[in-house]
Amino acid sequence: MADLVWLIPAFPLAGFFLILLFGRRLGDPKSGYLATAMVFASFAVAAGIYFDLLSRPEEERQTVVTLFSWVPVGTLQVDLAFLVDPLSIAMCLFVTFIAGWIHMFAVGYMHGDPKFSKFFLYLNLFVFSMTILVLGENLLVTFLGWEGVGTCSYLLIAFWHTRESAATAGKKAFVTNRVGDWGVMLAMFLAFSAVGSLSYTVINESAETGELAASTASAIALLLLIGAAGKSAQLPLYVWLPDAMEGPTPVSALIHAATMVTGGVFLLTRINPVIAASYDWVPTTIAWVGAITALFAATIALAQNDIKKVLAYSTVSQIGYMMLAVGTGGYVAAIFHMVTHAGFKALLFLGAGSVIHGMHEEQDMRFMGALRKFMPITAGTFIIGWLAIAGVPPFSGFWSKDEILLFSLAESPALYAVGIITAILTAFYMTRQVIMVFFGEARWTSLANAEEAPEVAEGEPPVETHNAHGEFKPHESPPIMWIPLVALAGVAALGGLINVPKLFGIPGGVAYKLEEWLHPVIEFGEADITGTWAYDNKYILVAIAVAAALIGVALAWVVYEKKRIKPWEPNLFANGWYYDAAISWFMGKPGREGFQAVTDFDAKIVDGAVNGVGVAVKATATEARKGQTGYVRQYAGIIGIGVVLLLGWFVVIRGIL
Amino acid sequence: MIAAIGATSYLLLAAALFSIGAFGLLVRRNPLIMFMCIELMLNAANLTFVALATQLDDINGQTAVFFVMVVAAAEVVVGLGILVSILRRRPGATADDLAELKG
Repeated sequence: MADLVWLIPAFPLAGFFLILLFGRRLGDPKSGYLATAMVFASFAVAAGIYFDLLSRPEEERQTVVTLFSWVPVGTLQVDLAFLVDPLSIAMCLFVTFIAGWIHMFAVGYMHGDPKFSKFFLYLNLFVFSMTILVLGENLLVTFLGWEGVGTCSYLLIAFWHTRESAATAGKKAFVTNRVGDWGVMLAMFLAFSAVGSLSYTVINESAETGELAASTASAIALLLLIGAAGKSAQLPLYVWLPDAMEGPTPVSALIHAATMVTGGVFLLTRINPVIAASYDWVPTTIAWVGAITALFAATIALAQNDIKKVLAYSTVSQIGYMMLAVGTGGYVAAIFHMVTHAGFKALLFLGAGSVIHGMHEEQDMRFMGALRKFMPITAGTFIIGWLAIAGVPPFSGFWSKDEILLFSLAESPALYAVGIITAILTAFYMTRQVIMVFFGEARWTSLANAEEAPEVAEGEPPVETHNAHGEFKPHESPPIMWIPLVALAGVAALGGLINVPKLFGIPGGVAYKLEEWLHPVIEFGEADITGTWAYDNKYILVAIAVAAALIGVALAWVVYEKKRIKPWEPNLFANGWYYDAAISWFMGKPGREGFQAVTDFDAKIVDGAVNGVGVAVKATATEARKGQTGYVRQYAGIIGIGVVLLLGWFVVIRGIL
Repeated sequence: MIAAIGATSYLLLAAALFSIGAFGLLVRRNPLIMFMCIELMLNAANLTFVALATQLDDINGQTAVFFVMVVAAAEVVVGLGILVSILRRRPGATADDLAELKG
C-alpha cells in the first residue's frame, strides 16, 4: 500500500488537469464536486497507507518511494521521491481531510461566482502542492511543494483581482514569502555542501551520528527558521497573513489557517535531529520567536473589527505556539496543536464565511450581533470552535495547548508566562468575537447605511439586496455549507482524543496515541522532560491553563456582554503596533533612498565602467580604421616596406646570412 | 649548360624581375597591369626556386614551383572574375577607384 503513495498527490493533480480541460463545461457546481471528490480520494489513499503502516512493527514504518531521478548532476543526485513515514502520513491525513471539507464548503460559498471552476482549479493545485510538500523525501521536493503552495496562495489571495486591495495583498504575500524562500534555498546549499545530499534521511542521520558539525547544523536550522517564519507567518515576516484575508474565505480557511501556514512548523519538525545537533541557543531562538509572535499577534487580535482579521491574527498567534513547542523540543505537541488547530481554525474560518455569506458580504463585526437566532447551526459550530481555541476542556485546543505549555515550562518559566498570558488573551478576543457576532443586540439594522440601500417608495417594503446595509435578514447557509461545519465541529470537539495525556484516570491504552505514532520520527529531537518540576506537577499546570481560559472568557463576557467595563481597544493594537506602517515608512524613506543609492551606484559606477570600456574601444577603433584606406597599392607598398624592414632586421641586427 | 652559366646570374635575373614587378604593382593603376606585375613577381620566385634546386641538386625546389604555378593560376582566375564583374558595372575603373571598403 505504501508504494501507492504517489496517488495522494496524483488525485488532486488529476482534478487540476480535468478542471483545466473541462472546467467550463462542468461549470457550477459540478467542477466543485469533482475537486472535492479528488481530495477525498487522496484522503482515502492516505488512510489506507496509515492502516498499512499501523500493521507493521514500529521500525519498519519508514519507506522511500522513488518515482524517478530528477536532478542527476555529478555528486548532486536528487530523486523525485516520497518519504512515507508516520510524520508525512499524519500530515497527509489531516491536510486532505480538512481540505476535503473546505472544498465542499466552497462549492456553496463560491456558488454564482463567474470564475467558479477556476477557483477549484487553484484549490486542487494547492492540495497537490501541499501533499508534495509534506511527502517530499528531500529538501528539493519539499521546496517544489513549498513554492507550489506559495504560488497557489498568491493566485487565490488575488482571486478577485479586479479589487485593488486583493491584487496588492497577493503581491505582498508572494514577495514576503520570497524572503523566507531565500533562507530555505541557502539552507539547501549549505546542507548539500556539508553532507553532499539533500535527502532528509542522510541529513538527519549525519546529525544523529554527530557527523554534522554543530556550527553547520545551527546555520541550517536558523536558515530554515527564516523560511519557516516566512511561510508560517512569524515575526518578523508575518505581515502578509492578515492581508491575505482579501482572498475568498475558504482560501483563508484552507491555506492561511489549516495547511500551508503550518508548512514551516512541519519543516522544522522534519529536520528535528539537525536542531537537536545545533548549539543550545538555536532552539531557544525558535522558542522565543514563537512565544513573542504568539503574544504580539494576540494583542493585535484584541482590537480588530473585521471578523476575518481577528481569525488571521489568531492564526499567527497559534502558529507561534507551535513554534514555541518546536523550540522547546515538544515536536509531538507542535504536530498535535497543528492538527487540532487545523480543525478548529478551519471551522472558525468557515463559520466566518458562513456569517459573511448570511450577512450579504458584511465583514465588520460592529455591524453584526445576535446572529445566533438567525444562523443556529453556524452559531453552534462556531461556539464549539471558540471553546476549542480558547482552551476550554474537553475541546481539542485545550489538550494540545496544555502539552505546549508543559514543554515551555520545562524549558523556562519566562516562556511559560508568555504562553499563559497569550492563552488568556486568546480566550478574551475569541469571546469578544463570539459576543460581537452572535450575541448582544442586532446592530445590522440600527447601523443600516441608508445611502447604499436602494430607494423605495413610501410605505412599500424595503428591497432585500446584497452589498447594502439596508433592511435585510441574515439567513442560515445551505446544507452544503453547514455539513462541513458540523463535520469540522466534530473534529474541533474530539480532536484532542488523538493525544490525551494520562491524567484524570484516562487509561494508558488510549493516551498519547500521536506520540506513540510519531515516536520513530522525533525520537532524536524530542526533549526529555521527565523529572522536571513541570512534569511532576501536571495537575497544577492543567488547573492554571483552565483558569487562564476561564479568566479570559469571563473577562470578555463582563466587558462585551454585561458591559460593566468599558472596552479597552487602544489604537496601538488596532493598527497592529504600527508594524505595517513602520515597514512602509522604512521601505518608503530610508529603504527607498538606500535602493536609490544602489541604483545610482549601478548606473554611474558599474554601468560607467562597462560603458567606459566600450567608449575606449570605439575611439581606438575609429583611429585604427583610418589605416584602412581601400587603396590596394598602398597596402602593397606597406607590405613591401614591412618585408624590407624584416629582412633588414634579420640581416643587420640578428646577423643571419 | 645551366651549370656553366652559374646560379648567381639566374638569381640576379630573378631579383631584377621581382623588382620590376614590385615597382609596377606600386605605380600602375590599371588592375590588369597590376595582375601582370604580380605574375612577374611570382615567376621571379619560381626562377629562384628552379635555379637553386639545380645548384643544390634538390628536387623539392622544383616541386614548389608547381605549387606556385597552380596557386597563381587559381589567383588569376578569381582575380580576373572579380575584375570582369567590376568592369561590367563601371567601365574604366582603376584600382584606386575601387576603395569603397575603406574604414
